[in-house]
Amino acid sequence: MTTMNRNLLIFGGLAAAYVAVGILQSWTLALSILNDGLIVAVVALGVNMQWGYAGLFNVGVAGFFALGGLAVVLVTKPFDPAAWQAGTPEILLALLLAAAVMFAAGRAWKVMESGLLRVVVTFGLLAVGFATFRMIFGPAVEAVEAVNPASAGNIGGMSLPVPVAWLFAGGLAAAAGWAVAKTALGLRSDYLAIATLGIGQIIITLMMNEEWLDRGVKNITNIDRWPVPHEVGLQQQGWFISLAEFLGQDVRTASTVFVGICFALVIGSILVVLLALLELMVRSPWGRMMRAIRDNEVAAEAMGKDVRSRHLQIFVLGSAIIGVAGALYVMRHGLMAPQSYNDPLRYTFLIWAMVILGGSGSNWGAVAGALIVILLWGEAESVGPSILALITAPLNDGPLKQHLVDSAVQMRLPIVGLMLLLVLRFSPEGLIRGR
Amino acid sequence: METLNALVAFLNYVVVPATSYGAQLALGALGVTLIYGILRFSNFAHGDTMAFGTATTILCTWWLQSNGVSFGPLPTALLALPFGIAITSAMVLATDRTVYRFHRKRKASPVILLIVSMGVMFVMNGLTRFIIGVQDRNFSDGDRFVINARQFTEMTGLSEGLALRTTSVITVGAAVIIVAALFWFLNRTRTGKSMRAFSDNEDLALLSGVSPDRVVTVTWLLVAALATTAGVLYGLDKSFSPFTYFQLLLPVFASAVVGGLGNPVGAIVGAFVISFSEVTFTYAWKKVLTYALPGSLLPDGLVQLLSTEYKYAVSFAILVLVLLFKPTGLLKGKSL
Amino acid sequence: MDAPFLIGENMIGGYGPVDILNKCTIAVNPGEIAVIVGPNGAGKSTAMKAVFGMLNIREGQVRLLGEDITKLSPQDRVAKGMGFVPQTNNIFGSMTVEENLEMGAYLRRDNIRDTIEQVYHLFPILKQKRRQAAGELSGGQRQQVAVGRALMTQPMVLMLDEPTAGVSPIVMDELFDRIIEIARTGISVLMVEQNARQALNIADKGYVLVQGGNRFTGTGAELLADPEVRKTFLGG
Repeated sequence: MTTMNRNLLIFGGLAAAYVAVGILQSWTLALSILNDGLIVAVVALGVNMQWGYAGLFNVGVAGFFALGGLAVVLVTKPFDPAAWQAGTPEILLALLLAAAVMFAAGRAWKVMESGLLRVVVTFGLLAVGFATFRMIFGPAVEAVEAVNPASAGNIGGMSLPVPVAWLFAGGLAAAAGWAVAKTALGLRSDYLAIATLGIGQIIITLMMNEEWLDRGVKNITNIDRWPVPHEVGLQQQGWFISLAEFLGQDVRTASTVFVGICFALVIGSILVVLLALLELMVRSPWGRMMRAIRDNEVAAEAMGKDVRSRHLQIFVLGSAIIGVAGALYVMRHGLMAPQSYNDPLRYTFLIWAMVILGGSGSNWGAVAGALIVILLWGEAESVGPSILALITAPLNDGPLKQHLVDSAVQMRLPIVGLMLLLVLRFSPEGLIRGR
Repeated sequence: METLNALVAFLNYVVVPATSYGAQLALGALGVTLIYGILRFSNFAHGDTMAFGTATTILCTWWLQSNGVSFGPLPTALLALPFGIAITSAMVLATDRTVYRFHRKRKASPVILLIVSMGVMFVMNGLTRFIIGVQDRNFSDGDRFVINARQFTEMTGLSEGLALRTTSVITVGAAVIIVAALFWFLNRTRTGKSMRAFSDNEDLALLSGVSPDRVVTVTWLLVAALATTAGVLYGLDKSFSPFTYFQLLLPVFASAVVGGLGNPVGAIVGAFVISFSEVTFTYAWKKVLTYALPGSLLPDGLVQLLSTEYKYAVSFAILVLVLLFKPTGLLKGKSL
Repeated sequence: MDAPFLIGENMIGGYGPVDILNKCTIAVNPGEIAVIVGPNGAGKSTAMKAVFGMLNIREGQVRLLGEDITKLSPQDRVAKGMGFVPQTNNIFGSMTVEENLEMGAYLRRDNIRDTIEQVYHLFPILKQKRRQAAGELSGGQRQQVAVGRALMTQPMVLMLDEPTAGVSPIVMDELFDRIIEIARTGISVLMVEQNARQALNIADKGYVLVQGGNRFTGTGAELLADPEVRKTFLGG
């Protein structure tokens, strides 16, 4: 069958599966899984861009994803004058100073001749910079964190609207991506994977511990989710109550379903726009050049293509996309919990499984992979225990049976792993072949 | 008097824990480096191999304990260790046979093998969680301390006590024995030399008549032994949970990379660099300084460079720095 | 003329769909030095590799002492008494000189001490540096390690692929001296060489290959004297 038919079949099957969940279980559940899937699909697009177009193995996905969430907090949360009084400007100043010192030290190392003087100057700069930084930073952080620690204790935000947050998320992640790429992109794939994994974890650790930034493990709640309405608000609107009655649904459920649909539309449109842009890029002369570089880097360089900067571009763009997904994620859940990103299995490796399953290099493949895996993931949680209870029914009741039923949720990870291994063995190009 | 106290505090809170942790990391890093050097890929499933090995050893320990077997002052887990290693060996050999061999025969690139190891990681992680659950497990028994703080202070009359836990002594002792045995094997036996040759120049080794299947099998056996032992020692010292062990992948890899991937001596050096850095950067030095400096020079605050939350971040930072400035590691490993 | 010790006869084949060798015949007699020379791309190394079994020939035969070994793998041919020194990557750089020799004798189960001493006798400098990592030696010394390694199985025929590639003229002379000594002990030598003139000087038999086929064959002296050979690529 032709590629087009095959793709239609895959996506048709997916749609049917999600609809089946809605009908057989609940629309709330189906929409919840779908929304998670759409967000993850955006992440997968970003990862696929870095891997499929440029062969860059970024295992620090969770870090960029988390930065997107951080951006939302920093942008949409109301401005906190008390924190500003206490020490926000000093904090910003200290950070700028740190960045400047590191830049200066880097320049000194590059520019000076190798030898003792260079070492002394560089480390001297770093030492003095670190000491000054601590002097300014320490007290300012303490002061800010002391402001209303139960409900705030952080620097607050900029009181800007949500679309700005999306842009800022992309920008923040892009900036981080630029820093990572500038320093690490010379590394070979294995090493790049390890380095990015490390950097991603450092970012998340920072977010988990720097309470002045985002309250650390105390989390930030009540995140603005424009343009999607809140369930509670809906339940009180006259037009909505009439609509619910007309459809024969109770208001509460109807409001959750409605909100779910709104989210799906918002996230879905962003996904569609991104997909369209990416597909255009792939077909453009720029895309052809990227494929040439990917397929034979040495030849491309010999022909004068600046491989290094192209890779940089791709890495930055891919990171930006991941950041936007991170913003959407935080808005969808109304919660920014740095600690939740600390599970690389869920946020990084799972995404990679999706990209490989779907087909590295193919945007549609990445989306399909994401939707399939998330469906499996969500269903394992909701339906898994029941299935396992059915399978273990003939066994006598007891700790073993209980253990087996309890571990149903745990099974979803190895199942994804098995799928990944099977795909790598029998169909390495994945579901949907890239160009 | 004060200097001695400072020294004892330094030993107790910095040197002993860092050495213990370093030995555990070293055993883990040796496994990673062997796989990289001989099988030529970065095995992201190594943390979960350690978890699997520890989990099976714990199950055997429980079985032994329920049958009234104990090891006196030493943890019963040490008796269960050989069984754990045997089961883990079977596991990794089966994995190689069913998964890695296919890609090896196809001369898959190291990146593909890395992705494959990610899949293995998922499966092994799930399997481990399945057989032992997700909660924290404490499975050490026997004497807790070789010498505890109070005994020490009574013996020496110092105010600061040096507590030597049994697990620390066992860890270092076991690590020394294992490393010595490993190096003897690699440098003095025919099979060991053939493995080094295979790692050095695969084509020439094959030409010389070295059997690749034999090399692969022995490598996995060594890896199973190293990973299981590292995991059991770490678990005896602290505690076991599948998630913690998965996270251990990161400092273990950091150790191997910092020392030079593919270089066994490097793995050990790297492990101690990482472990000592983690401890020194996150330790509150106030206590030691209180003994070492006169009151007027004492700084305010805990004199802690970074909070203990940043432990792993320290190893990554070192890892990233080494990768940027000296990618082949401190002791020059392979670059594939 | 007695039957050749080792012969690759009428070989046709290559690495893929394109044939590099076109009815090429290479042979060496006991205790002889046979040299394969020719312009670049002539298929010299390919012919050598075909005789050693590192590539499969479509047509033709390889025989050792009359026995057909065409289907044997390189490792099996080593067991039969052939030694091979590749052009590049021919030592274990991270292992000591002595360990390299030990690996050369990997297939042997008997006491290899005597053979090691013989190699040290042939290459005295290796005995001096026997505990040093082979990768730290100079280019010429590394070649000696490579040859010594191949000699450890006590082969009947030693095959060398451009042994003097990238070494200085003095080192090249020394290497050729050693090769003559090796041949004198009864080991047949089959050698591909870029430095045609010097190689033919020490050759009992020379094969000039052009485009994968035998162009000129004769003794080393004959070929050196032949004006056509001289004109084609010995530089007159």
